[in-house]
Amino acid sequence: MSVPGGNGTTPDGALLTVTDLEKHFPIRKGLLVERTVDHVKAVDGVSFSIPEGKTLGLVGESGSGKSTTGYCILQLIRPTAGSVRFQGRELTELKGEDLRKIRQDMQIVFQDPYSSLDPRMTVGNIVAEPLQVHGMGTRRGRRETVRRLLEVVGFNPNYTNRYPHEFSGGQRQRIGVARALALNPKLIVCDEPVSALDVSIQAQILNLLKDLQRDFGLTYLFISHDLAVVRTMADEIAVMNKGKLVEVGPAEQVYLNPKDEYTKALFTAVPVPDPERQRERKAERARLRLDRIAGI
Amino acid sequence: MALLEVDNLKTHFFTREGVVQAVDGVSFQVEKGRTLGIVGESGCGKSVTALSIMGLIPKPPAKIVDGAVVFEGNDLTKYSERRLEDVRGRQIAMIFQDPMTSLNPTFRIGTQITETLHRHFDMSKGAARKRAVELLDEVGIPRAAERLDDYPHQFSGGMRQRVMIAIALSCDPKLLIADEPTTALDVTIQAQILDLLERLREEHDMAMIIITHDMGVVAEAADEVAVMYAGQIVEHASASELFGTHEHPYTEALLGALPQLEGEGIREGRLIAIPGRPPDLVDPPEGCRFGARCPYREQDSCADEPQELRQIRPGHWVRTAHPASERGRMPEAVRT
Repeated sequence: MSVPGGNGTTPDGALLTVTDLEKHFPIRKGLLVERTVDHVKAVDGVSFSIPEGKTLGLVGESGSGKSTTGYCILQLIRPTAGSVRFQGRELTELKGEDLRKIRQDMQIVFQDPYSSLDPRMTVGNIVAEPLQVHGMGTRRGRRETVRRLLEVVGFNPNYTNRYPHEFSGGQRQRIGVARALALNPKLIVCDEPVSALDVSIQAQILNLLKDLQRDFGLTYLFISHDLAVVRTMADEIAVMNKGKLVEVGPAEQVYLNPKDEYTKALFTAVPVPDPERQRERKAERARLRLDRIAGI
Repeated sequence: MALLEVDNLKTHFFTREGVVQAVDGVSFQVEKGRTLGIVGESGCGKSVTALSIMGLIPKPPAKIVDGAVVFEGNDLTKYSERRLEDVRGRQIAMIFQDPMTSLNPTFRIGTQITETLHRHFDMSKGAARKRAVELLDEVGIPRAAERLDDYPHQFSGGMRQRVMIAIALSCDPKLLIADEPTTALDVTIQAQILDLLERLREEHDMAMIIITHDMGVVAEAADEVAVMYAGQIVEHASASELFGTHEHPYTEALLGALPQLEGEGIREGRLIAIPGRPPDLVDPPEGCRFGARCPYREQDSCADEPQELRQIRPGHWVRTAHPASERGRMPEAVRT
């Protein structure tokens, strides 16, 4: 298959293009003979694309389907329908070795740095694991790579023989980022990467992600419920509600002038750290009748 | 006289690893009808402060080693457990972060509301049930009478928090302590819960302490704000002062580290992260607790000296050698 643009982007510069993505989970009933009575439409016709080196912020409240969308893109969950084109290849059709190979180029950073790192593995082995799985380098070479990766993410490389529980949430998230970087990926899906962290630590991790993007030309799908966090990270923003995208566009435009009613409600619901401004926003919020839009 | 006066409260945890000085000399007052916000990052002692007021700290390992919690002129730290139980729920009520774990999953919510009523009032079954319906109605639960016989799992997160608020309000307390009441909720639900709390605080003429890590929530809900760091209050002022002319380097850093929702050029900028981590409270530094992370520390001086909370302006207290308004006099410190 031809790869336009040489580095796998389509002619319009998109590294990833998602079209009409759907994930419907069946609801089954019956004890012995199960039958499908209905479907939960977790992702229901989602389309967007991310240009290489840019960040798309996917925002929404819990249960909106944003994480499921992320998993469907990586084929960690197989979508029910729709297309995911990455570097010019259709991921939904890939299986086995082909899928494993292309996964080198797309990685994920999870929300909870406490449960996403194996407590029985040393920091060094956690970061080296992707290299090992993909058969890259010699043992000594991998050790060197791991040290370099840890340095890049601001983690003391002398601690490779320690275990995750010895480190704070922020340090663990750095380990998670180092692991995601190990295979030199093009796309990283960041699934609520700072939601479990305190503000001061969150800022460190967000800055790190920004620096890595600049230095390595990474493309991010940045999934978060936190609109302020997404604002600092995203070039484009997609707002999700009940499995559907309600608004997609350049971040600045959507933030300054949201069109969709749900987007507006979501934005005015966020309290800002300024009592006077917050009084105005509260009045706006009352006008929008949040309860109508978001349910009581 | 203030409704609640916390004076030099010290709550320590006696663990095998050593004595954790979780709350170390906290003082504040809450006036009738006002809302105090206590804000800080995890481990700063804000929740332990709240639990100490309520006498709910786990003993052992925790112990109030010093200080007083004076509610309407009486020191609650001197109360027996029996007497405290009469105050708790009746005079001071509390709601917690996670409404799923603070409601009992095996009891109908009607039972859980009337339980409090029966504990504090001599009330017939019918009257308690009637009152429970009124309460659910007041916190905005539709079809309140029907829902009384539902179990907690049949409610959404926001609705469960409304049930918790109904229970807290059931005895018409004078003070409501809300510990991260909206942290587990989505923003649209959070906004509704904050609106509800404000409405109820006014209608019931309650005082409120709202404990949160979220500066936005404080800005919305609090009249006064106390910022905590490493077991101590480092800054205390009215909300408009605190957000407008904050003095403490930590408050400044915390606000600087916060991603902004409104404004321009945000994507291009970087956040101002606070280097390092808060100190270990088993062995906190003898000097300034923020010293190691403070950009204004001078060599061998202020960082090594314990800092006292001092009043820099009427109603504005700060615990630092370098409040923002005095920094002009020490330009060399700013450059480091």
